[in-house]
Amino acid sequence: MNNEGVNQDRRWFLIGSTAAVGAVGAAAAAVPFVKAWNPSAKAKAAGAPIKIDISKLSPGERVIAEWRSKPIWVVRRTEQSLADLPKLNDSLRDPKSEMDQQPVYAQNPNRSIKDEYVVLIGLCTHLGCSPTYRPELGAEDLGGDSWLGGFFCPCHGSKFDLAGRVFQGVPAPYNLEVPPHFYEDENTIVIGLEGEAA
Amino acid sequence: MKQIVDSVMDWVEVRMPVSKLYKEHMADYYAPKNFNFWYYFGSLALFVLVNQLLTGIWLTMYYTPSGGEAFNSIEYIMRDVEYGWLLRYLHSTGATAFFVVIYLHMFRGMMYGSYKSPRELVWLFGMGIYGVLMGEAFFGYLLPWGQMSYWGAQVILSLVGAVPIVGDDIALWVRGDYVISGVTLNRFFALHVVALPIVLLGLIAMHLFALHEVGSSNPDGVEIKEKKDSEGIPLDGIPFHPYYTVKDIMGVVVFLIVFCAVVFFFPSGGGLILEGPNFEPSNALKTPEHIAPVWYFTPYYSVLRAVPNKLGGVIAMGGAIAFLFVLPWLDRSPVKSIRYKGWMSKFALTAFVVSFLILGYLGTQAPTPGKTLAAQIFTIIYFLFFILMPFYTTMEKTKPVPERVTG
Repeated sequence: MNNEGVNQDRRWFLIGSTAAVGAVGAAAAAVPFVKAWNPSAKAKAAGAPIKIDISKLSPGERVIAEWRSKPIWVVRRTEQSLADLPKLNDSLRDPKSEMDQQPVYAQNPNRSIKDEYVVLIGLCTHLGCSPTYRPELGAEDLGGDSWLGGFFCPCHGSKFDLAGRVFQGVPAPYNLEVPPHFYEDENTIVIGLEGEAA
Repeated sequence: MKQIVDSVMDWVEVRMPVSKLYKEHMADYYAPKNFNFWYYFGSLALFVLVNQLLTGIWLTMYYTPSGGEAFNSIEYIMRDVEYGWLLRYLHSTGATAFFVVIYLHMFRGMMYGSYKSPRELVWLFGMGIYGVLMGEAFFGYLLPWGQMSYWGAQVILSLVGAVPIVGDDIALWVRGDYVISGVTLNRFFALHVVALPIVLLGLIAMHLFALHEVGSSNPDGVEIKEKKDSEGIPLDGIPFHPYYTVKDIMGVVVFLIVFCAVVFFFPSGGGLILEGPNFEPSNALKTPEHIAPVWYFTPYYSVLRAVPNKLGGVIAMGGAIAFLFVLPWLDRSPVKSIRYKGWMSKFALTAFVVSFLILGYLGTQAPTPGKTLAAQIFTIIYFLFFILMPFYTTMEKTKPVPERVTG
């Protein structure tokens, strides 16, 4: 090829600018391919946040809701239960919730935003069975007087306290997970979103 | 008759240099005459690839990639489709055979220094093939949609979540749903049957193209192109066809005997090829007792579990594979083959193979404190093989390399 009399600077500028424009075009063309992998509107609808009305929940009671095909529990704990929680610290695996099983706003002694109400994903961290709610104090089959209320997994005998914290010496490795949630108003908890006021 | 054939051949030849291609890559492609047992596995890998493509295409004809139907369609293939069981077992056993063959092929390269100059690109394309193959295996394993498919994918995708800040978003993007679902299954199917095979074929073409440019190495690590006769033919070279085509066909026969024995008599390979929990349909609410990847991933899975920190484990696992890529630049030895390297290289390669095998075993087992400690020790040995390589390959005393191959 004869390069005589060619303005090399201009040639490189043209090659460079063509390549740059081409790269921008390629990046733009990639957008639909990348975006198509995001959850579809259908998946988003199925995984949308849910609202739980807690106005009719009296102390000691639990409601169950379903979010992303997982059971969500809201337990309204009694004054007594809340006072009992710190007493259990020595017999728990992770009493201070140091493992990443809850959003930061639930990383406190009660594992909740409001002291009374704890929100948990009701699946055992061992193998995903759903534990049973055993609030009664001193249940004979769960250790008698030392049982201060909590959850018991019938599959492999894992035990959790009323903040979803796992006991030592059971198969489950971690505390029950707290899902992202916030209070929309006094009586409504939204599961699946982090509120700005949380 | 001969005239007609000849004239047709001539007609084609003018338009496309078929015979030139045939000569360059078969009849006039000279390979070292001293290939041994270890040189079977390259051609065997190609053979297994053909098996995977053929059986894979046929399986696609009956498989339904949807959350509701995937598991059932596998059972349909196994029970109702004529010879469906054979196609499926050939494909599942083929996956395992692929990795057996590839691992032996890679070991050959490490033992005889086949990755060293001027064959670095051959090694890099080969590692690319290995990487894509791991992708193929991972995506393919989700398709039966059994318990182990589901939870194995769950564990591996949760590793993506270990990436700081954007990890969870990437995992969501890859899944296309908040949990692994039919959406994930569908895209993995597309990647498994279309996208990755295309990439794989391209990489194999480049692997062979680069290989045929520089020519194969051999157990002595002697460059046969340096000693040529008056016609420019390497003195220690023999034409690939018919010499090595015949030898490789012999290798295929022996391979098929072993392969068919597994397909017909041990198709689940004692849980190594098809894992027990995968005979149960996937269930998002019930995790199997013990989740282990298929055997060819277990060495890396052990490395992952050996590191107590999740992100650290992911980095270590990636590093365990990444180090293999840069092998050509870690080996500073003046000789290629293990035959002429010093005792340190021999010891290091042995330690590496032993640690790879033990990590592989540990990865299939449920972790106990003792086993975790063992995994940690062998993970360190695994990495020391690579990290110390620039030092022991320069320090050690090597033996003189002969002028010609030794047979």
